[in-house]
Amino acid sequence: MTVPGQARTVRPDADPGTDPAAAPALDGATPIVEQPRRSFVEQVMGLPMSVHVRGPLARDDRVARAVEAAFADLRADDAMFSTWKPESPVSRMRRGELRLEDAPERVRRVAALCDEAAERTGGAFSAWLPPAAGARPVFDPTGLVKGWAAEQAFDRLVDRLAALGPHDVLLSAGGDVVVGCARTDTPDWTVGVEDPRMRSRMLLTVPLRRGAVATSGTAARGAHIVDPATGAAPSGLLSATVVGPSLTWADVYATAAFVRGADAAQWASTLADHAVVLVDGRGDVRTVTGPPS
Amino acid sequence: MRRIAIGLMSTLSGLVLLFSYHTSTNSGTALASTGTAGGTAAGQSDGTASADTSADGSTSSDEASSSGSSSGSSSGSSSGSSSSSGTYTGDAVMTRWGVVQVEITVKNGKITKSEAVQYPQGNHRDEQINSYALPVLAEEVTAAQSANIDAVSGATVTSDGYVQSLQSAIDQAHL
Repeated sequence: MTVPGQARTVRPDADPGTDPAAAPALDGATPIVEQPRRSFVEQVMGLPMSVHVRGPLARDDRVARAVEAAFADLRADDAMFSTWKPESPVSRMRRGELRLEDAPERVRRVAALCDEAAERTGGAFSAWLPPAAGARPVFDPTGLVKGWAAEQAFDRLVDRLAALGPHDVLLSAGGDVVVGCARTDTPDWTVGVEDPRMRSRMLLTVPLRRGAVATSGTAARGAHIVDPATGAAPSGLLSATVVGPSLTWADVYATAAFVRGADAAQWASTLADHAVVLVDGRGDVRTVTGPPS
Repeated sequence: MRRIAIGLMSTLSGLVLLFSYHTSTNSGTALASTGTAGGTAAGQSDGTASADTSADGSTSSDEASSSGSSSGSSSGSSSGSSSSSGTYTGDAVMTRWGVVQVEITVKNGKITKSEAVQYPQGNHRDEQINSYALPVLAEEVTAAQSANIDAVSGATVTSDGYVQSLQSAIDQAHL
């Protein structure tokens, strides 16, 4: 079953005292119940956004309306943060027409988070990028906004669904995934981490009841990540995947690990409550688990 | 034994899913693999026979019935003995380019080998497809047995690339 150096399961959340799936296994049989399930897909922020809901009302219109509201949340953040829509507050900031202190509250929150991300990653993540060598840095929170907006929409969806009884939810924002389980009688969500060289093949799978999995790499779009220090595409890694409690930070850390390249494993080992999967240029896989907080 | 066979057939459906992902974006194929993407078998990930299946031998999947096109893919014939070893052949699944049929070899409840016993032959394009897809198929099942996944984390999938992504096949199975 195990291919050396490849197939390994990361389970940061495996403490049997807190894992609701493991706890009831008193007689050796976990009571897994087949619950109705439904998926929803929309394109937002140029990304396919997939939502899966599992639970008794998964195929009920009330769940469909709650999910539609989540997509509406995502579209609202797209209108706020898009660097492609000329009238978005972020586009106006980038043209110098709007100062940060005058920007909407959500934009200021994201700007503060971007500063925190730069701090937490030792500068490997930055929302202030020079558009060309020597030019004045321009605000581009895109690298954080996608994960943050997805997590915000996810959290609000979980709250809306709570009014309908316990349901499990999964949201994938173009390959960055956040899951939650309000039920205890369902199987874990299983998130596959793809092989950057062969995208239908999974390097490993991560069973999760609550938490996030985010990956940075070049496989899908070419070199869209640049090192803020050099302006060049980072080298050394094919992909970096981070498993952690929050999608916002898993996404930021994945970007930072990818930018760090050769230095990533050492840095990842300092990330409390996170597990990191690094695929180097030869395709070798390394998993690094940070300390518990 | 029957339950083992059924659990494995679910995995087998996943193989067909993964195979068809390479060869075709035919939505019918993705739907035919519903039983696997639905996450039906609790014990499937370790290859043992703890899958809870209904008495008639079909996988008890709500999603399978709601998608309406899962017939065939989760059944199969077995030439194995009464132990959890043997060779199992899945049903043939029609893809855009032809028929795909997968056979797996099981020893002590673990899949040790998988191969397509029937795959599209003929034009040049098919040869290219086969030379690419079949080794992937074999590696997939023996390495991770990850057919039963709910989501794929990878480098950002764009809207354009989504149609061909494994995530889209999983989403399709649960619409």
